[in-house]
Amino acid sequence: MELKLTLNGRTVADHIEPGLLLIDFLRSHGCFSVKRGCETSNCGLCTVLMDGRPVLSCSMLAARAAGHSIMTLEGLQEEAADFAGFIADQGADQCGFCNPGFVMNTIALLREIPDPTDDEIRAFLAGNLCRCSGYDGQLRGIRRYLDSKKADASPEKGGIHGA
Amino acid sequence: MEHNTYREVGKPVRKKDAMQLLLGKPVYMDDITQGPALVVKLLRSPHANALVREVKTAAALKVPGVEAVYTWEDVPKTRFTIAGQTYPEPSPYDRLILDRHVRFVGDPVAIIAAETEKAALRAMKLIKVTYEVLEPVLDFRSAKDNPILVHPEEDWYPPCPVGGDSRRNLVASDVNADGDVEAVLADCEIVLDRTYHTKAFSQAMMETFRTYTELDRYGRLHVISSTQIVFHCRRILSQALGIPKSRIRVEKPRIGGGFGAKQTAVCEVYPAFVTMKTGKPAKLIYTREESQIAGSPRHEMEIHVRLGADRDGRIRGIDLYTLSNSGAYGEHGPTTVGLSGHKSIPLYTENLEAFRFSYDVVYTNLQAAGAYRGYGATQGIYALETTVNELAEQLGMDPTAIRDKNMVKEGMKMPAYYNEPANACALDRCMEHCRQMFHWEEKYPVRDMGNGKVRAAGVAMAMQGSCISNVDVGSATIKLTEDGSYNLIIGAADMGTGCDTILAQMAAECMDCSVEDVAVFGADTDASPYDSGSYASSTTYITGKAVERACADLKAQICAIAAGMLGCEPTEVVFEGKQVRRPDTGETVSLEQIGYKTQVASTQAAEATVSHSSPISPPPFMVGMVEIELDKETGLVTVLDYMAVVDCGLPINPALARIQTEGGIVQGIGHTLMEEVRYDHNGRPIGSSFMQYKLPTRLDMGRLHVEFEHSFEPTGPFGAKSIGEIVINTPAPALTHAIYRATGVWHRELPITPEKIALSRPEPS
Repeated sequence: MELKLTLNGRTVADHIEPGLLLIDFLRSHGCFSVKRGCETSNCGLCTVLMDGRPVLSCSMLAARAAGHSIMTLEGLQEEAADFAGFIADQGADQCGFCNPGFVMNTIALLREIPDPTDDEIRAFLAGNLCRCSGYDGQLRGIRRYLDSKKADASPEKGGIHGA
Repeated sequence: MEHNTYREVGKPVRKKDAMQLLLGKPVYMDDITQGPALVVKLLRSPHANALVREVKTAAALKVPGVEAVYTWEDVPKTRFTIAGQTYPEPSPYDRLILDRHVRFVGDPVAIIAAETEKAALRAMKLIKVTYEVLEPVLDFRSAKDNPILVHPEEDWYPPCPVGGDSRRNLVASDVNADGDVEAVLADCEIVLDRTYHTKAFSQAMMETFRTYTELDRYGRLHVISSTQIVFHCRRILSQALGIPKSRIRVEKPRIGGGFGAKQTAVCEVYPAFVTMKTGKPAKLIYTREESQIAGSPRHEMEIHVRLGADRDGRIRGIDLYTLSNSGAYGEHGPTTVGLSGHKSIPLYTENLEAFRFSYDVVYTNLQAAGAYRGYGATQGIYALETTVNELAEQLGMDPTAIRDKNMVKEGMKMPAYYNEPANACALDRCMEHCRQMFHWEEKYPVRDMGNGKVRAAGVAMAMQGSCISNVDVGSATIKLTEDGSYNLIIGAADMGTGCDTILAQMAAECMDCSVEDVAVFGADTDASPYDSGSYASSTTYITGKAVERACADLKAQICAIAAGMLGCEPTEVVFEGKQVRRPDTGETVSLEQIGYKTQVASTQAAEATVSHSSPISPPPFMVGMVEIELDKETGLVTVLDYMAVVDCGLPINPALARIQTEGGIVQGIGHTLMEEVRYDHNGRPIGSSFMQYKLPTRLDMGRLHVEFEHSFEPTGPFGAKSIGEIVINTPAPALTHAIYRATGVWHRELPITPEKIALSRPEPS
C-alpha cells in the first residue's frame, strides 16, 4: 500500500506492506534513534511523537500514521540538547539504549508540563524503562535543567548550576 | 586520605559518548550495519529434553528469499563452551552449534537464513521436526545422581578439573574449609540452621543479544557483536567453527547494556556459521522473548547456612553449602557458585574460628544460566546476611551492632577469601556513616501507621572482588599524536558503565593533560591489546592499572625522544605535560615538536602497551539500609528510602560510581520483590515478555541516597577498587529483613511477592 506522512518536517511517501510497524518504517527511513526494547509496549524505547503526542512505534502500524506528522529524535536535536547535557552531567545516560525513548517522552513532558514536580516527572516517564541508571540520575538531570532555566529567567538571584 | 590533589581523577567527568547516546546517534550494532544481510532466525525446541529424529526442510527451502536451513547434521562436531572466560575455561565443553539432543525449551534445532525476516519466519513455520521426547530433569534438588542424564554424550569435556561429572549431572563440586567447623559449631551457644532459595533472574538489558557477521575485504570473518568479551568471543568462534583465530576479527560498537549477560557468547555462533557457509553478511537479533528464554540469567541457588555464635553475638563458625542450578549447559556454573561462599563468609572474619564452604552445581533441563552482576556473591550474601539478621533478632541485638562486632576490618587476613589481606577496608566507616545518614535508631523500631500499614527497616552488608586474581589480564596502548594529544586503545568493553571515560581520566591524570586530549578506542581484536574483557569487576582495577603503567612507559619514551632533540641524556629532562624541559639549561621541546619528530626519520615510537594482572582481588565493601511501608492486607511493599554507603577505594568518577550504585540497587529491588524466571511443570518458560517479567519502573524504587567512604587500595590505580557488581548485593537481605520486621515472617525464598507476604503467617517462636 501507499503511505504518505510527514517525517521530521518533510513529506515522505513510500510503498509499504500493510503489516509494517511504524518502528520498522522509521528505521528503514534512517531514523536509527528509534529503538526496539520489547515487543509488547512495555519499555518505552520506541517512543516517537505523532502530531506532538508520544506514541509507541513498536505497537502501531505504519499505516496508522498516514497523513500525520511523526517526529523522531533526529528531528528534535536542538530541543533535546537543551536538557540532555544535564542528564549527561549526572552520568545517567549509561548504556544509552533507552535514551532516545526517554528523551522523546521528556520532550513531551516538558511541552505539556513546563514546570513539573518530581512526582509528575516520575509519573509521566513511568513507562520508560531503564535497566542501568536506577532512574534517580535521570530525575536529578531534569531537575537541574529546570533549576537552571529558572535561574536564567531571574538572573538577579544568581545562577544555579548543573552537576 | 592520600592524594587529594588529582586534577582529572576523582572528578564527575561527563561520559565521552554521553551526547551521542542522549541524542540518539547510530552507534549500536543494528544502526551501523544497514547493508544487505541475511536475516538469521532460530527454530527452537518445544521440549525440555528430546532427541531430534528427523528435520524436514524441503518446504522451508522453497520459500522465496530463503538462503539456507541448517540442522545438527550440518554443523561441526567439536564441543565448546560459550562462556567468556580465560582459557582453559572452567566451564565444560558441552555445546554444539546445533545438537541432535535438545536440552531445554528454546534450545535451537535449526538455523534459518533468509533475505527478509518475513521469509525466515515463514520458512520456520514450514520446517517439520520429529522429536523423540524424553523425560526432563526439572527440579535441581533431584538432579544430582538422577538416572536421567542431561549430558549423556561421550565427548563432554571439562577443560579444568572442577569436580564435574556428566554421569552424575554434576557441572562442578568442591569443599573448602579452614579450621574444624563441626567442633566450633558444637561449642557455640547458639547455632542457626537455615536454607534459602534464590531464583533465576534475567539481566534484561535494554538491547537484546545481537550479532552481525560478514567476510571482510581480506575474506576474514568480521564480527560486530554486542559483547563484553571480544577476545574470548574470537576464541569461542574459532573453536565452534573450526577456523583459525587469524581469520576472525571481533569488534563491539556501543553496547546497550550487559550486566554479565554478554559475557557469554549467547548468539554469535549462529550468524557466524551462516556467513562461513554462504559467504554472505548475516545478522541475528534476539527478540525480547528469546533473550528471556534462551539467554544467560542468574543461577538459581539453594543455600544451606549453619551459623554458630555465642550469646554475646560473636560469630564463631559458618558452614555454607550451595546447590546451584546451571540449567542445560554449564556456562559459568563452576565459578559463580564459588562466590556464594568466598564473597559472603569473609564479611565475618573478625571472630570466625572456622568455616566450611561446599557446593554442587547441577545440570537440569532448563535454560542455561550464565554471568549476572554479582555472580553468585549476590545469592550467598542474601543467605548469610539474612542468617545474621535472624541471629540478631533471635538474640535481641541491634543488627548493626552485631555487625560492628563481627565484620572484617582493615588489615585483617581473610581465611575465607584465599587468605588475601583487607588492604583497604572502610566497612566499619560505611556502617557508621549509613547508620547516621539513615537515622537507624529512629527507623529500626517498627511503626504501625494506623491505616493497615507498617513501616520497618532492614540492613545488610556486602562485598565483591576487583578482578579474578591471577587470571584476568587488562591491557592498554597509549600513543602520542603529533598535536600533543593521545590515543588510548583498550580491549575492555564499555557497556554503558563509562569505563572508556574513567580510563581516559586516569590517562589524563598521568599525562598531565585534559580528558578531552585523550581519544579512546575499543574494543576490536585486530586493533586492541589483549584484555580478558569487562567482567568480574576488573576494568577499573586491572585495565586501569595497565593504563597507569602504559602512561609511565610512554612518558619515559617521550623524555628519551626529547633528550635526543636537546642533545642530552633522558635523565636530564623532565616531563611537564605540554612540553619536556631540560632544567639545567632551561631549554624545552613541546609535545607537538616531539610528535612530529616521531614522524621524520624516527626509530623510536611514542607508543606504549602494557598488560597488567593481579595476584589479589581487593574487595569493595558496602552497607545498605532500607525503609519500607508494608500493607498488611495486600502484602504490598513500598520502598520508601534506600540508603547505601560504598567503599570502592577511590571513586575515579564519583558521578558514574553513584549511578552504578543506584542502578545496582534498583536491580536488586526488582529481584527481591517482583522478578523471577518461571517455568511450567513441563519446563516451558512462562512470563517471558516484559508484560509478565516486571522490571522496576521509576515508581518502584523509592528515594535513593548513595554516599562513599574512601579507602586507598595500594595495588589499584589511584587507590581504586571496583564498583560495578557489589552494588546489587544488599537489597535482597535488607528488604527480607525489613519485611520480617513488618510481618514477623522470614521469607527465605526470592522473590518476596505481595501474594507470598499476604498468605504468610508468623512462625511460632
